[in-house]
Amino acid sequence: MAAMQLPRERLREAYRLMRTIRSFEDRVAAEMATGDVPGNTHLYAGQEASAVGVCMHLTDSDHIASTHRGHGHSIAKGCDPAAMMAEIFGKATGTCAGKGGSMHIADLDRGMLGANGIVGGGPPLACGAALTARTLGTRDVSVAFSGDGAVNQGTTAESFNLARVLMLPVIFVIEDNGFGEATASSYAVAGRIIDRALGYAMPAAYADGTDFFAVHDVMEEAVQRARDGGGPTLLHIETPRYYGHFSGDADTYRTPEERAALRRDRCCLANFRARVTEARLLEAEELDSMDAAVAEVIDAAVAEARAAPLPDLFSLTTDVYVNY
Amino acid sequence: MTDLHALPMPKWGMTMTEGTLVDWLVPEGALVEQGQEIAEVETTKIANAVEAPVSGILRRQVAVPGASVPVGGLLGVIGDAETTDAEIEAFVSARVSISAESDDETPAPRLVETVGGPINVLSLGGGAGIPVVLLHGYGGDLGSWMFNVDALASDRPVYAIDLPGHGASPPRAASELADLAKAVFQVCDALSAPRVHLVGHSLGGAVALTIASTKPERAASLVLVAPVGLGREIEAEYLTAFLAADRRRPMKQALGLLFSDPDAVSSDMVEGVLRSKRRDGVPQALAATLEGFFDPASGQTQELRPALSGFDGPVTVIWGDVDGIIPPAHADGLPKTSEVHLVPGAGHMPMMEAASAVNRLLTAHFSSADRSG
Amino acid sequence: MPVKTFRAALNEALHQEMARDPRTIVLGEDITGGKGATGEKDAWGGAFGVTKGLLDAFGEKRVIDTPITESAFVGAAAGAAVTGLRPVAEIMFVDFLGVCFDQIFNQAAKFRYMFGGKAVTPLVIRATFGAGSRSASQHSQALYPLFTHIPGLKVVIPSTPYDAKGLLIEAIRDDDPVIFLENKLLYDTTGDVPDDSYTIPFAEAAVLREGSDVTIVAVGRMVSVAMDAAKALATEGIEATVIDPRTASPLDTETILEMVEETGRLVIVDESNPRCGFAADIAALVAEEAFDVLKGPILKITPPHTPVPYAPNLEDAYLPDAARVIAAVRRVMAHGE
Repeated sequence: MAAMQLPRERLREAYRLMRTIRSFEDRVAAEMATGDVPGNTHLYAGQEASAVGVCMHLTDSDHIASTHRGHGHSIAKGCDPAAMMAEIFGKATGTCAGKGGSMHIADLDRGMLGANGIVGGGPPLACGAALTARTLGTRDVSVAFSGDGAVNQGTTAESFNLARVLMLPVIFVIEDNGFGEATASSYAVAGRIIDRALGYAMPAAYADGTDFFAVHDVMEEAVQRARDGGGPTLLHIETPRYYGHFSGDADTYRTPEERAALRRDRCCLANFRARVTEARLLEAEELDSMDAAVAEVIDAAVAEARAAPLPDLFSLTTDVYVNY
Repeated sequence: MTDLHALPMPKWGMTMTEGTLVDWLVPEGALVEQGQEIAEVETTKIANAVEAPVSGILRRQVAVPGASVPVGGLLGVIGDAETTDAEIEAFVSARVSISAESDDETPAPRLVETVGGPINVLSLGGGAGIPVVLLHGYGGDLGSWMFNVDALASDRPVYAIDLPGHGASPPRAASELADLAKAVFQVCDALSAPRVHLVGHSLGGAVALTIASTKPERAASLVLVAPVGLGREIEAEYLTAFLAADRRRPMKQALGLLFSDPDAVSSDMVEGVLRSKRRDGVPQALAATLEGFFDPASGQTQELRPALSGFDGPVTVIWGDVDGIIPPAHADGLPKTSEVHLVPGAGHMPMMEAASAVNRLLTAHFSSADRSG
Repeated sequence: MPVKTFRAALNEALHQEMARDPRTIVLGEDITGGKGATGEKDAWGGAFGVTKGLLDAFGEKRVIDTPITESAFVGAAAGAAVTGLRPVAEIMFVDFLGVCFDQIFNQAAKFRYMFGGKAVTPLVIRATFGAGSRSASQHSQALYPLFTHIPGLKVVIPSTPYDAKGLLIEAIRDDDPVIFLENKLLYDTTGDVPDDSYTIPFAEAAVLREGSDVTIVAVGRMVSVAMDAAKALATEGIEATVIDPRTASPLDTETILEMVEETGRLVIVDESNPRCGFAADIAALVAEEAFDVLKGPILKITPPHTPVPYAPNLEDAYLPDAARVIAAVRRVMAHGE
């Protein structure tokens, strides 16, 4: 059904998930500044409506393949924020027992095939999950999240082709945040992203990624098509990326004004709040209390993560193979 | 008139193409008796002794220790004292220039269709004598009888079979003692052999006893080589190690327990057993078979002495006196009509470890059984 | 015992496993051949005929001809493996590894470890390898050291039809990603292959010959080179043990060390290039673990560090042969004299 007709619990869930992602990412940025978090992170703040609008159509048996900027996808797909935070801190209680880190957060029980450190690594894997669904005759679908950088990768192009040739139930969600690392997509992407689908005779749709309702609705059609055996769809979702490419990125290739304007003028949470309160679907107070609840969840996640132990040294050499 | 005899490299088993002379057991010039062991030969499967085919003097040791000689190739020359060296040289040259035949006449085992499924059978010999059926032991295969089949095949059909789940016989869903006996009935039916001499080793002996007690009319006589079923004690280590082993090293160790000399176990033998055991369904069938005759707490569970006592036909029992798997003491207290022979120095596999001695016992048993049958 | 070709043994393994487990699928380029065309279906059955007949038996949903898009279909095979299928993907020539290596070494190989032990990736990638068919540099490489180097991958290199069937069945049943390498010159070789389904464990070397003077380790097609050398050496009174590790990863180091303990000498015959190659790996291992029993240096018979040439005389000179193995054995036998 169209997003505006979603029942209240679903709208609340959408908001809760988007708010959780935003708070999670802002908090990760703050924690990184303390120097207590190993390595690097790639933050999703600004793009929440894409992950949530897409993943609200999915169940645990549907799969998603994500990117290096995977926290948002993980939360939207149902991964536990506390376990994710612990993983980012490199602790034994993390989603991957501290063995993967931010770029490899995964939860196969939730159909989350992992964040991926290789640009373009996800689409073939999503095709694979779709192939499993097709072979076993389930009505499951898979989603490949990619960025405007990955859309140029050979793997992505090959995946479009393979998905169409085999009519796989996969949805390619291109989250275009205007930058492939430090390089603008207006430079690096030849032609229009949505036009690339034409080349593969694949249906495509565009949505403004700051509008949960728009994303929800284009995904609805794509999911239905996939479940019904109609093959893949490309969704071009345009979103803002609030932070730099990675946690150490000074982001000087954007002006401070530009970055401030993104937060101010292109915020999916603000847009959602405006839409639902105006249409009297949800009350401002309940949104506020959800904000507070989420803040507590994030606080608790950080506290637990900080208190958790590092992995046992023994685990350095475990799980390379199934039997040794 | 000079009388020279070649001592050829024998062929043991179907796959043997060459053997290595380990050492001579008598010096050149020594007097040898027909049947006397005069050379120790090793193949990829096993080591064994070569017997003098005739009595005479070992005039020439042609092969030197360590040499590889093809099957049929010349190991030595037996003759009399009068033959000159020149004649011996001529004999040797002539013999060596005859290329060893690749023995295409050696029969190969084949799968025989029975009502219960295929059974692998090596068939030799022929003629009107009552056939002999050879039944190997747990974890073994028809190759256990490789040094015996030729000796027995001179005057009767000989059938060495792979029990279900062993050798090249497919595993069967039901594989306890009674089921194994049934498989033997089925293959005998398929071979048109309603009444046979049964030679059973270890578990094969228990199968033979089961046949003797359930369908005595099908058993003309029994030869039991270190059989299961005559007592409680059995070396659990072999059984569990064999069942667990799916790699070369542990299997070699397990099989070593069967022999008085563990070095008798060669890579080829180990590989042959592993290849059989790695087939789908075989480990499960072997486990079921084991449960049918062994309990870790109490040892052997099949009490087959009554079957032996109840059997009317001729019975010979053969046991290696240093058998480390089933104690030779199980041969005590058997009915006086059973002929019991201990083979000195042999472990659980006397038919391989002391093949000549066992072949003499088998031949004697069948001659006597034919006369009384 | 039926005699079958290496190719037929592999075909049988695929048939039997696909019949046994409906989650097993095969995919790759031209594994049937003729898809979308008007003529014969299953026209090729694979570039080397290994997958012939599977289409008839199992249908197009489980026997999938892919476009020439290795990164997509090898990656899809990885994704399918981790979500419940048991795919057998084919890279037509291992040399094409370059266009899909990320999916193999960064994705499939690492899922289990980097996801903290929760992923199971029962993927098999079959690929042909090896020089000698005058196919030149980009269709003749060995490359198994590249896979062996990656933790999380298993690497299998059968040398006989019997081994090929048992190891492929084992690979398909194995829950880890397995790279299964088939030397293209072995497809027509024959040997005893039972009709039953059977497996051969990984990290279980075959001891093909035992001798007390020298240990020769060889894989793939080099096994027959080693055996030829061993037969020739026997006529000079030098008896060699010949070991075929069968799997480069996991490696049966115990058997290699056991046999080197007995002979004190090691020669390794390997068709991968010498730098960071398979022979180099085994040599280092043995030198570290068995230094005190060595009677001479460990010698490696490998191609030179060059691409594979085209001209027949050059390619023949590139490949190890029995003469070079014999010379190496004589050299190490003479060491210290």
